[in-house]
Amino acid sequence: MGKLTIGTFSSLVGSLSLDFSVKLAEAAVKKGHTVDFWMSGNATMLAKKGQKAFKDYSFLSKTIQELIATGNFKITACEACAEARGYHKEDCPDGFLRKSMDWYLASTFEADRVLHIGGD
Amino acid sequence: MATKKLAFVVRSLPYKTEASRLALTHAISSQTVEIYLNDGDLVEASVSYVSDGVFNVLKNQQGGKYYGITTNEGHAKNTLLLDLRVLICKEDLDKFGLTEGNIVIDAEEIGGDTKANIVPYSEILKEMETADHLLFC
Repeated sequence: MGKLTIGTFSSLVGSLSLDFSVKLAEAAVKKGHTVDFWMSGNATMLAKKGQKAFKDYSFLSKTIQELIATGNFKITACEACAEARGYHKEDCPDGFLRKSMDWYLASTFEADRVLHIGGD
Repeated sequence: MATKKLAFVVRSLPYKTEASRLALTHAISSQTVEIYLNDGDLVEASVSYVSDGVFNVLKNQQGGKYYGITTNEGHAKNTLLLDLRVLICKEDLDKFGLTEGNIVIDAEEIGGDTKANIVPYSEILKEMETADHLLFC
């Protein structure tokens, strides 16, 4: 089985690129691959506690928690991008990491594939 | 010991979205990536500007004046200061009427030795073909 690194800049709700990235990660984990999931820019919105499910908006928290529970999925937010948006360490959901951008580049080192998705 | 090549391909306009700025800051972060890797392993980033992305290297950007933020021009200079390989698509510069005089080609004023390369798109394709991973921003 391989390792996939997925990076995304796209926001939650404002774009469906983030949903696509999470669905792709879910499909990869279900196939037995490991996934490193990196969020920069507006994508760090996903690394905020307390999101509620409404029918009109994307709700990815449940899927993410299920993915984390598999042990084959690591999700990390860009710390500076999150802080710039007012998402602090205490706002981070359980199981999420916060790192500097070099974490993402390091993750690509052993990745079999890197998919960089979105950019709104 | 191994080196992985990452090719950041900047194709977004500056300021309209954050994508091109993030491409540059991520590429620059390759300078500190060793803290996560084994001794001798490296991640080497290059930056190629294509399509609307060439506007990121325009000179005299006023991001500080109008938005109170650093400029993508400054980040572009930092990539050169850090000796990253920088390619700028000649056809796209021509398309927008830009010349070497309009764009960031070196970072001499901040002590950089490396120069950006204005190259035909075919060279950028070669850069992409030799990279281990491509990151379009």
